[in-house]
Amino acid sequence: MSIWQHLLESLESLTSNKLRSGLTILGIVIGVASVISMLAIGQGASAAVNAQIQSIGSNLLFVSSGFFGQGGGGGAVAPKPLTLQDAQALVDPVNAPDVAAAVGVVNARGTISISGNSTSGSIIGTTSQYAAVRNFNLQEGQFITDSDVSGRSAAVVLGSGVATTLFGETTGLTGQVVRINNQPFRIVGVLQSVGGGAMGSQDNQVIVPLTTAQSRLENRGSSSGRIDQILVQASSAEGVTAAQEEVTNILRTRHNTRIGSDDFNILSQQDILNTANSVTGTLTLLLGGIGAISLVVGGIGIMNIMLVSVTERTREIGLRKALGAHKSDIRLQFLMESIMLCLLGGLIGVAVAAGVSKVISNVAAASNTAINPVIGIDSILLACLFSGAVGLFFGVYPANRAANLEPVEALRYE
Amino acid sequence: MSDEREWVIEATNLTKIYQMGEVEVQALRGVSFTIARGEVVAIMGPSGSGKSTMMNILGCLDVPTSGDYILDGESVANLSDDELSDIRNRKVGFVFQSFNLLPRISALGNVELPLRYSGGNHLKQKAMAALEAVGLQDRVNHRPNELSGGQQQRVAIARAMVTQPAIIMADEPTGNLDTKSGEDIMKLLLDLNKQSGTTLIIVTHSPDVAAQTGRILHLRDGLLVEA
Repeated sequence: MSIWQHLLESLESLTSNKLRSGLTILGIVIGVASVISMLAIGQGASAAVNAQIQSIGSNLLFVSSGFFGQGGGGGAVAPKPLTLQDAQALVDPVNAPDVAAAVGVVNARGTISISGNSTSGSIIGTTSQYAAVRNFNLQEGQFITDSDVSGRSAAVVLGSGVATTLFGETTGLTGQVVRINNQPFRIVGVLQSVGGGAMGSQDNQVIVPLTTAQSRLENRGSSSGRIDQILVQASSAEGVTAAQEEVTNILRTRHNTRIGSDDFNILSQQDILNTANSVTGTLTLLLGGIGAISLVVGGIGIMNIMLVSVTERTREIGLRKALGAHKSDIRLQFLMESIMLCLLGGLIGVAVAAGVSKVISNVAAASNTAINPVIGIDSILLACLFSGAVGLFFGVYPANRAANLEPVEALRYE
Repeated sequence: MSDEREWVIEATNLTKIYQMGEVEVQALRGVSFTIARGEVVAIMGPSGSGKSTMMNILGCLDVPTSGDYILDGESVANLSDDELSDIRNRKVGFVFQSFNLLPRISALGNVELPLRYSGGNHLKQKAMAALEAVGLQDRVNHRPNELSGGQQQRVAIARAMVTQPAIIMADEPTGNLDTKSGEDIMKLLLDLNKQSGTTLIIVTHSPDVAAQTGRILHLRDGLLVEA
């Protein structure tokens, strides 16, 4: 019998029991849909995280104080805090030719309020170059200036999220006064929206002069002058590694540390990217694995139904053999049915997965984290191949059982 | 006279032993006979006489434990499963007591089925011709459950005829039919035998049916006996 005839016959038999075929397919549909949508969401999430990390700026190094990954390597000696002078020392054309800019940052959290309205957000104390290093653009007004920093002026640049929360708009705000931790600050500018970030929304922040943050918003006691982080921008992507070395050398000299027990650590954007990728990769694998389990469960459902079908159609098998069917004819007939079931389930599963990832991306967009699930032609092919393989794998046993029935026994079966 | 006739079935000393757990059951204990082409033969005997075993072996559904069986010039005693399938497809047509039609497909599809396994062209035309021969040309697209018992058995006879086999094995062909339909079916089988000269072997309990055949083989306890 030709393949074509087998195909027609298996279609005939599947459509003759629509409810059962449908329910059997459902297992595969759910399996394939979960594998594909999980993979798509994983890929989408990974792309979103990458984009967010890239959006922090380009060719950045993050220098922070403390011992890192050395089991408290410095012993009882407390790490020397980073200072604004450290940051300034890094911009050195002779000892650090690959460093384009270095900006000190003080981080704090606080309450930003106007009369009758308040919000909490992160407060960043920094200098004038911060906007350039972080690729921030202003919606209106201007950024913190050098004279703001040297004069410890009470000036603030609002993130667009904060501006929207407090004022309901992002324009026409310069010159107005907000209170940060109950101290008045004059608005000098509003940032353009940059969207959510891997470490919280970047729009939900306010930027004040570094010196002002140190003296008025933070309780740093006598050791004022300390900063939390230095943002270093390398002059080019190729220069990041060299810049990292140069920064390390300069800071070692300034902090008088022994080799191997640095009291600061440097994280490059690539490090963050790698960490994030390994996290999202693991997550994708986990999600895909869960999906694959349901696919296997669906496959077992197929096998179950095919076995029932073989038993139910024992007489038919006997008759077909009496009429001249070879073992291979019977085997192919049942294999074809299970493969068709799975392929059909796979195709419907792809469609369902498209729907599911659409819903998920809408939900994600609504909660301010843009994830664009990607269903590529490769995942569709994968689904078809995989579901076909599932049909083959779980169909072989029932098909062989059918093929090996003795015609005499099968014809006698009631 | 027998020397001039062409034998379509030559059975020599056929035995069949079934292993039922610990017990051996001798269904056939050495049966020899011949059937000439075009003959109509009834096989009779009480339950447990080896009738079904005999039919299975003659229809190439099973092989004898020992002895030789030549069907239409081919020895089939030692063939493999697939070779037996081919022999059944080409040389044997089956008519069963319970019709054994596939319920999902039309009368035409059912008649076409043995042709599909043998391959070849013009399957539809051949199946149509067979259905016409049994008088069902206006029922070709009906499914079995839309046909009466007598009509279903006609479809089964068309299915048995369509490959132009050497023998037709009919196992209680009238057993599930009322008297009138049963008589019609017997008449049809005998007519077809006359027209096409196909050898007809009928396994039956019914003396009425057996009386219409040319020869009766009586089986008792696995042996042929004189009536």
